Amino acid sequence: MSAVAGTHAQDHHHGPASGISRWLLTTNHKDIGSMYLIFSFTMFLLGGTMAMVIRAELFQPGLQIVQPEFFNQMTTMHGLIMVFGAVMPAFVGLANWMIPLMIGAPDMALPRMNNWSFWLLPCAFLILVSTLFMEGGAPNFGWTFYAPLSTTYGPPSTTFFIFAIHIMGVSSIMGAINVIATVLNMRAPGMTLMKMPMFVWTWLITAFLLIAVMPVLAGVVTMMLMDINFGTSFFNAAGGGDPVLFQHVFWFFGHPEVYIMILPAFGAISQIIPAFSRKRLFGYAFMVYATGAIALLSFLVWAHHMFTVGVPLAGQLFFMYATLLIAVPTGVKVFNWVATMFRGSLTLEAPMLFAIAFVILFSIGGFSGLMLAIAPADFQYHDTYFVVAHFHYVLVPGAIFGIFASAYFWLPKWTGYMYDETLAKTHFWLSFVGMNLAFFPMHFLGLAGMPRRIPDYALQFADFNMVSSIGAFMFGATQLLFLLIVVKCARGGVKAPAKPWEGAEGLEWEVPSPAPYHTFTTPPDVK
Amino acid sequence: MADYQNYYVPEQSKWPIIATVGLGVMLYGAASIMVDSNQGDSTGNAWMIFWAGVLVMIYMLFGWFGSVIKESRSGLYSPQMDRSFRWGMSWFIFSEVMFFAAFFGALFYARVFAVPWLGGEGDRGSSNMLWEGFQATWPLINNPDPEAYPAPESVIGPWGLPLINTILLVTSSFTITVAHHAIKADNRKKLKIWLAATIALALVFLFFQAEEYMHAYQDLNLTLQSGIYGSTFFMLTGFHGFHVMLGTLMLIIMFIRIQKGHFTADSHFGFEATSWYWHFVDVVWLGLFVFVYVI
Repeated sequence: MSAVAGTHAQDHHHGPASGISRWLLTTNHKDIGSMYLIFSFTMFLLGGTMAMVIRAELFQPGLQIVQPEFFNQMTTMHGLIMVFGAVMPAFVGLANWMIPLMIGAPDMALPRMNNWSFWLLPCAFLILVSTLFMEGGAPNFGWTFYAPLSTTYGPPSTTFFIFAIHIMGVSSIMGAINVIATVLNMRAPGMTLMKMPMFVWTWLITAFLLIAVMPVLAGVVTMMLMDINFGTSFFNAAGGGDPVLFQHVFWFFGHPEVYIMILPAFGAISQIIPAFSRKRLFGYAFMVYATGAIALLSFLVWAHHMFTVGVPLAGQLFFMYATLLIAVPTGVKVFNWVATMFRGSLTLEAPMLFAIAFVILFSIGGFSGLMLAIAPADFQYHDTYFVVAHFHYVLVPGAIFGIFASAYFWLPKWTGYMYDETLAKTHFWLSFVGMNLAFFPMHFLGLAGMPRRIPDYALQFADFNMVSSIGAFMFGATQLLFLLIVVKCARGGVKAPAKPWEGAEGLEWEVPSPAPYHTFTTPPDVK
Repeated sequence: MADYQNYYVPEQSKWPIIATVGLGVMLYGAASIMVDSNQGDSTGNAWMIFWAGVLVMIYMLFGWFGSVIKESRSGLYSPQMDRSFRWGMSWFIFSEVMFFAAFFGALFYARVFAVPWLGGEGDRGSSNMLWEGFQATWPLINNPDPEAYPAPESVIGPWGLPLINTILLVTSSFTITVAHHAIKADNRKKLKIWLAATIALALVFLFFQAEEYMHAYQDLNLTLQSGIYGSTFFMLTGFHGFHVMLGTLMLIIMFIRIQKGHFTADSHFGFEATSWYWHFVDVVWLGLFVFVYVI
């Protein structure tokens, strides 16, 4: 059926256009997916460079390399670029490439809007990065841009930052609308909702989260814009407003946002572990329900980021218990991944290595999250390096390892060639060691009281910081190896069969590798 | 799969990249206007950039919608495509709902928490030490710091213009539904009459809204700068008014298209989407009327 669909497609359609116009004018989900992924990796390197500046400054106590003002700009831009420029676009890129292939659709539901969603991102980041060269410097108030740091005390470039966020929001909302319309409307006959691959399910739920919270982010930056430029007093108590209002609205966006960055990784891992365990995913239905439960709970926990600002006691208790409740569906997921591997015939190719590391290290990040969720304990941990350790443990071996695992898993499908397994395993082990070296000591630093977002520190923190910096340099340099592996794989090598992984299942493995420019122009029949 | 109608995927399109350039230039211009004027610089260049972006956006909107209309009228779209548009429009409206939710949230937070706390209520009463003697009231007509934020003399009561506006918008929701029934019954004359009535109601609403703003600014000193009441009042009603303006433009475009003979009894999603949007704008107004004006 699939081979038929493949050849059938060639009768009706031309291949890609040539030259730059292919990329500027394209409506093809594979082209757009590739552009998203390349953009995301570029931003990953840019944000990573900023992380290197941060870690170089923190290599030793005292001020060595940069001024505190510039250090603050680096932490802010690093966070913004990694969240909005690296992680989110990478998942949208994976969604673009894989969802139509996985559900047997000819393309995304709204192909032109899809192209617009992508091209808005370079536009937004051009504006965001240009603030580094503006008078007064780039935003320097942390990626959470709390008022009044960002309103009363922000640099003039804050207004540009706000509009950049608006453009990213427009891009994300349109991308999410496209995913939902595609999943709900473009499935091949017979592909019922409960037959959909987990990656499609998690993206459907992620898209819902995006549409629900990106407008709230747009709302909060609009309030900032008005406070800065038009004299409103949303975040100024002198006019009856409240800076804490900023935090409520921001985290109402911000907490679902962290699930936006992890749910698609959950989905990808749920594809990869069964493939390399040569077993079906354990508890598929429960995986779906757990994802839905996590998404719903994510709307009810935002104030756990704000325990120390003076939330009433009843609020603290509610948000503490609601947060701890998220451990239940997450536990279901981790249990199911482990149960999938249990008694499977495991092989440890690069995607599987990243997937296993994901399960273990993401769980560590989850556990430190539980510690932070306990309100009385959080008073101690708040705004220390423990928080930095926590969210880097969920984002680096969580989101980023999920992306690496997906990239290696589907690279043969994208390029038509197998990647270099030895180099990929080297990439994994260096990343694994580097990342743990960089972020694990931060737990100790935080528990000992080292505050985040400070360029200098007391002498007793020196050793752990040096270890952490060495790990960070190691992790950072290793990512150039990933670039090499991908370029090498795109240029040639061992030809990949339609289904390079013995245990993999799904429609995407039934089209040839590389996937033809147009696939499933006539929908396949799913039994 | 013999009965499968091909899903239309346009080969290439220049509109998305034009839209990107337009939006980017427009917003870069807007940001430059604000930053330049804050720093006391001339805003002439920034305005030029802004308007250049706006022009590109207008060109793009005509071009993009134009090509979609052309494709639709030449029968390229399958029923499946129609469903994609329906999902797209519904979720877009949902995103708009969430945008308003942020501002309603700000209003509720200010009323229920921030202002009473500033007035010394509850265990957060320490806020009252900032501006001792500040009395919490709603509508807030005495700001904590009247020097920085001169308070309004009074606010706009609900039973004058706002009530009339409520009646206008609710009526317009009925008239557009009558028009929708007319298009389904293929009764073009009735359709035009009721759509025109909807547009007329919308324009009168906008006129009264402008009137109300002038009254607020000139007579009541109720402005964006007059504290949290003015902030939430103008941001909520202002964004709503902006959406009414957009909706009215959409209605007018639908009227022009109907004059040109577009739409049939069973293919008129452009019209239907506009009516969805119009109902959304109406529902938001009901929320505004209750929570901003009445309560």
